[in-house]
Amino acid sequence: MSGFQYEAPATVDAAVGLLAGARGNARVLAGGTDLLVQLRTGAAQPDLVVDIKRIPELRQISGNAASGFVIGAAVSGSEIGEHKELLKAWPGVVEGMELIGSTQIQGRATPGGNLCNASPAGDCTPGLVAAGAICVIAGPSGRREVPVEQVPVSPGKTSLAKGEFVVAFKLPARAKNSGDAYLRMIPRTEMDIAIVGAVVNLTLDASGTCTAARVSLGAVAPTVLLVDAAAKALIGTRVDDAALANLAAAASAAAKPIDDKRGTIEYRTKVAGVLARRAAVIARDRARSNA
Amino acid sequence: MAGYEGKEFKWIGTRPVRPDGVDKVTGRATYGADMNLPGQLTGRILRSPHAHAKILSIDTSKAAKLKGVKAVITGKDFPDMHNGVLPGDEGVNFHYLSCNIMAWNKVLYDGHAVAAVAATSAAIAEEALALIDVKYEVLPHVIDVDESLKPGAPLLHDDIFTTGVTPKPDKPSNVVQRVQMQLGDPDAAFKDADIVIERTFKSKAVHQGYIEPHAVVAEWSEDGQCRIWCSSQGHFMVRTLTARLLKMEVAQIRVMPAEIGGGFGGKTIIFIEPTAVLLARKAERPVRIVMSRDEVFRGTGPAPGTSIDVKIGAKKDGTLVAATGEFRYQAGAFPGSPVGAACMAAFGPYALTHVRAVGYEAVTNRPLCYSYRAPGAPLASFAVESIIDEIAQKLNLDPLELRIKNGSKEGTQMVYGPKLKAVGNLECLKAIQNHPINKIPLGPNQGRGLAAGFWFNLGGQSSAVVNIAEDGTATIMTGSPDIGGSRASMALMAAEVLGIDYTKVRPIVGDTAAVGFCEITHGSRVTFATGMAIIQAAEDVVLQCRQRVAKMWEVDVDAVKWEDGHALPAGANAGDQKPLSLAQIAAKAARTGGPLVGSAAINAGGAGPAFGVHICDVEVDPETGHVTVLRYVAAQDAGKAIHPSYVEGQIQGGVAQGVGWALNEEYIYGADGRLQNSGFLDYRIPVASDLPMIDAIILEVPNPGHPFGVRGVGEVPIVPPLGAIANAVARATGVRMVDLPLTPPKILAAIDAKK
Amino acid sequence: MSKFHISTTVNGEAVEYLCDPRQTLLDVLRDELNLTGSKEGCSSGDCGACSVTLDGRLVCSCLVLGVEVQGRAVETIESMASDEKLHPLQQKFLEAAALQCGFCTPGFLVAAKALLEKNPNPTESEARYWLAGNLCRCTGYDKIIRAVLETAADMRGSK
Repeated sequence: MSGFQYEAPATVDAAVGLLAGARGNARVLAGGTDLLVQLRTGAAQPDLVVDIKRIPELRQISGNAASGFVIGAAVSGSEIGEHKELLKAWPGVVEGMELIGSTQIQGRATPGGNLCNASPAGDCTPGLVAAGAICVIAGPSGRREVPVEQVPVSPGKTSLAKGEFVVAFKLPARAKNSGDAYLRMIPRTEMDIAIVGAVVNLTLDASGTCTAARVSLGAVAPTVLLVDAAAKALIGTRVDDAALANLAAAASAAAKPIDDKRGTIEYRTKVAGVLARRAAVIARDRARSNA
Repeated sequence: MAGYEGKEFKWIGTRPVRPDGVDKVTGRATYGADMNLPGQLTGRILRSPHAHAKILSIDTSKAAKLKGVKAVITGKDFPDMHNGVLPGDEGVNFHYLSCNIMAWNKVLYDGHAVAAVAATSAAIAEEALALIDVKYEVLPHVIDVDESLKPGAPLLHDDIFTTGVTPKPDKPSNVVQRVQMQLGDPDAAFKDADIVIERTFKSKAVHQGYIEPHAVVAEWSEDGQCRIWCSSQGHFMVRTLTARLLKMEVAQIRVMPAEIGGGFGGKTIIFIEPTAVLLARKAERPVRIVMSRDEVFRGTGPAPGTSIDVKIGAKKDGTLVAATGEFRYQAGAFPGSPVGAACMAAFGPYALTHVRAVGYEAVTNRPLCYSYRAPGAPLASFAVESIIDEIAQKLNLDPLELRIKNGSKEGTQMVYGPKLKAVGNLECLKAIQNHPINKIPLGPNQGRGLAAGFWFNLGGQSSAVVNIAEDGTATIMTGSPDIGGSRASMALMAAEVLGIDYTKVRPIVGDTAAVGFCEITHGSRVTFATGMAIIQAAEDVVLQCRQRVAKMWEVDVDAVKWEDGHALPAGANAGDQKPLSLAQIAAKAARTGGPLVGSAAINAGGAGPAFGVHICDVEVDPETGHVTVLRYVAAQDAGKAIHPSYVEGQIQGGVAQGVGWALNEEYIYGADGRLQNSGFLDYRIPVASDLPMIDAIILEVPNPGHPFGVRGVGEVPIVPPLGAIANAVARATGVRMVDLPLTPPKILAAIDAKK
Repeated sequence: MSKFHISTTVNGEAVEYLCDPRQTLLDVLRDELNLTGSKEGCSSGDCGACSVTLDGRLVCSCLVLGVEVQGRAVETIESMASDEKLHPLQQKFLEAAALQCGFCTPGFLVAAKALLEKNPNPTESEARYWLAGNLCRCTGYDKIIRAVLETAADMRGSK
C-alpha cells in the first residue's frame, strides 16, 4: 500500500475544502469496505483520504414516509436495516443495502460508498434508482441535487467533479399502496457479488391497477439500467401473468451484460427477466398490504 | 483389536472437552503468524505475473539499497540442486521442490516466486519488491490437462520422459506418467453386459481453502543453527526438507510447531520456510513471512483439475460385470498429481472381477498440485458414482440396493492388490437405507442423490513419550500437529491404557528436538498411527510400573497385574498386597529405578481402509439453476471412534468441502494463463447459510490392525459428496451433469438444452 | 510518512498507540497491542476471522484503519471471558466440539456474541445468515450453529 494523508473533518465545508484543495488524488472514506480492499491491492493509490464519518449530517436518517426520508451518505447498512419506518415504506431499498456482504460488512458499508464505488453490480444502487432517489452533492460551488442514476457513469467512475462528494439521499414521498422489492442472483446464499439484480417499485390504485412503476436492473450493463419499457409493461395493468411476462421480456431485452468469471451474457439476460418478474410479484403483494 | 477385544472402555468413545480448547476459544493459542521475535523483520515474496516465461535477468540492486531493507534473495541464493532423488527421502525431487520455492531460470505459473526481501516494515518490504527489476521472455503456456497431453503442447520441462509407457520415449514431454491397475479382462467382460454406460467427466482445480495462510518465523544464529516457528502438517517434514534444500544437517534446524489453522493436505509440503531461513541468515535478524490470501491461491498446492472417462457394464438385475476408467489429471508446474491414488480408490466400493483403471498425469502452467484430503479420489468417485446412478435409473433399480448387491466387503479383491479385511461398507449402506430421510417426500424440482466412497488410509512413522510426574499426573508428547482435535484423542487413549482420569493427562505437541520423528499428518493417520505410538508408550509405562511393584513386593512381574490405574496382585500367590495407584508408584519412582518414562517409536502397519455412504436432497430452481442443499446424511465406518464428536466433525467438514467442490469452487484462469479469482470473494467456499445440518452417522467395524480398532476418518468424507450432489441434481432436473462445478449458469443451460 | 497518535478504548481499557495511516485496526491489534486473538485470513473482509466490535457494531477489523478508531471503543475476543470464567458461548463451543483447528473460532465467538446481544432467540436460519460472513473450512458449520442456538436457549433460561 502506498502512503497517504488521512483527515477526518467534522463539517461538510471542511471536507469540501480538503477534497478541492488536494494536490494529488483524493478519495472519500465512508465505510471503507471497498476502499480498503483497493488500497491493499494497489487499485487505489490516493495521496489523501478524507474520512467523512465524523460529519453528523452524513450519519443521520431523517424525515418520514409521507414527507420523504433523507438518508445520510455515511449511514451504515446495519443502521439502515434497523430503521423501522424506512423498512416499512421502502423494503426494496433497504433490502438492497442489507444484501451487501456479511453482517460485518453491514456494520460499515454505506449507500454513498456503494453508489460512488460505481460497481455495475452494487446492491444498493438499483433500489435507490427505482425509488426515484435524489443525490445531494456538496462541492466547491455549494450543493446540487441530481437523480441518483446520474452519478455512476461507468465501472469505477462517477460524474462527481473534483472537490465534490455525496452528502445524502432524498427519497420521494411514499404514495399509499406502494411497494418495492430487490432480488439478486448469486451462486451461494450470501457473500457474493450479484450476477444479476432487479428492482421493481410500483404503486397501485384502490382497484389494484398499477398507476406508477419504475424498474431497474443491476449487473447487466456498465451502470444500473432504468428500464422504461419494463415499467410501461406494468402501468395500467393489474400486474397479472400477462403483464409479468411482458415485464420479463422487456427486462431481458434491455439487459446489456458481459461474459465474465461470474456469469455469461446468455445467463444474465435470461435471469434478468426472471428476477424482474419475481420482484414485481413481491412488490405488488407488498403494495396490496401497504395501505 | 490387539488385546482390547470385548473390553468395556472407560474413556474411549466419550466426549470430554479437548485439552487445548480454552486457549483456542480465548484467542490465546499461537498460530503461525502469532509469533513475534525481538528484532524481527518482515519478509515478502515477489511473484511472477506470467504463466510461463524464461527469466532473462533479475536486478535487485535498487531494492537492496532502499532504507530499511536488510536482505534480498533470488533463486541463485539457494544451493544448486541437481536432478534426482536424494536417498532416504522417498521420492522427493529436490530440483523441482527448490524451483517451486524460488524459480531457477524459468517461471512456470502465475504466482511463481522469483525473489524475496526482508525489511523493517511491511510497507518497506512491499516498496522493495516494486524496485526489483525482472526481465522475462514470455513463452506460450498450457493450462488444461487434455491440451497438455497432446503432442506439440508448450513444453514445461526438458527432463520429463513419460514413465509407464513402452517404448520409452526419447523426447521429453509434459506427460509425466501412465499407470495401470487391472483385474481380469474387462474388455471381454463388457460383452456380457445388458447395459453399458460410458461418459466423460471434467473438473477444475480447487484449493483446500484453509482459513490460516502459511506463516513462518525463522531465526539464524552464528553457529549455523536455525529455529523455525511455523504451522504445518508435519514439522519433521519442514525440518528435513529445509535442511536438504539448504544443504544443512538435519539436527541444525529446530522446528517449533505452531497451532495450525487448517491444512487438509495443503500444508504437508513447504513453500516459504527455506526462503525465510535464507533471509534470516543474510539479514542476521529473525524474519517472518506470512502469505496473503492472494499468494495462498496463486502460490501453494491446490488439487488438480481432471478429465475422466468411465465405462461400466451391468446385467439387467444390476450385477456389475465390468468397469474401466481413464483418469487424466493435471500436475501443476511440477510432477506430483495423485492420479495413482485415484486409480486405487475409484472403484473401491464395488466388488469387481473385471476392472481396469488407467491414469495419466500432465504438467501444466499452474501452481504445483498437492494433496487435498483423499487426493485423487473425489473426482474419480464423482465419475464412477454418476455412472452407477445412471445405471440404476436406466434399469429402474433402487440405487442403494444396487450398491449393496455389488458392495465391497471382507475378502473383496481391490484393483491395487490386497484383499479387504473386515470393513464397514455394507454397514454404511444399511445405515443409509434405514435412515428416516428416505421417508421424506420430495417436492417439485427436488432430487435425492446417493454415493459411496472409499479411501485406503495410511500408517507410517510416529514417536511418542509418556512422562509420569511425581504425583502420578501424566504429560504425553508426540510430534503430530493437532489438526482437528487429536490431542484429545491422544489423551483419551493414554488415559484408557494408564487407567487414570482423562483430566490428569496433559498432551503436548513436541518440537523436532524434543520428541522422535513423526511423519506428516496424511492418510488420516494421526489417531491411528500416532495414537498407536501413544498406546505403546503408555503400555511401556504400565510395564515399568508392574516391574517396580514386583520389586517392592518381591515377586515376579507376572504376579502383578494392572487394572484401573492400579497395580494389583495377579493371584493369591502374589501375596495379600494393597493395590498401588500410579500416583503412589510415581512417588517412589526415584527409589525404584528413576523417572517413569514410557516411549515408543514405530512404523505402523495395519491401517484400515474405510468406506462412507452419503445421501442428500437438493432443490434446483428451474429458472435460475440455483441449487439449495436441503438435507445431508453421511454414514462412515470409523472402526472405533475415540472421541465421537471429533469424528463427526471430520465427517461434517469433509461433506462441506465436497459440497463446495461440487457446486461452486474452481480456479478460473484467463486466456493469459493468470488466475482471476485469488480471493474468497470469487473463490466460493460454502458459507454457513449454504448448508443444512449434516447428519453424521458413525459405524464401528473395528480395524483388526489397531489395538482399539481405529480406522482413519479424516479423508473418506470428502470422497462421496461430489457424486451425491451430482446425482441429486440429476434426479431433480432430469439432466446428467458431467462438468464440475455445477454452477447455476451451467445447470440452467443444461436444463434449457433439454427442453 | 508520519505516524498518528491514537487514543482509544480496547476491551474497556484506555490505550494509546502510534500507527501509520496504512495500518488496519487488525494490524494495530496484532502488531502494536499484542492482541493476536483476532486473525488475518484474507484481508478483504470475506472471511470474518478478524471480527471485532467497534462501538458495539460487529465489523471486520481488516476493513477499518487504525486511525479511524480515535475516541471509539473496540472489543476483541480477548475480552470475552471475564472474572476467570468463560463466556457461555466459549464454554458451549468447547462442550459441543464446535471447533477443530480453532482458527476461525475467535471470529465466530465475537460474531455470535453480537448476534445474541441483538437477537436472544434466533432461528437456525437467522443464525446461519448472521454468521455467513465467518468462514469455517473444518466443521461444515453444523456444530457451530448448534452451539450458538443451545447457548441462546441457555441464556434465555428456558433450559
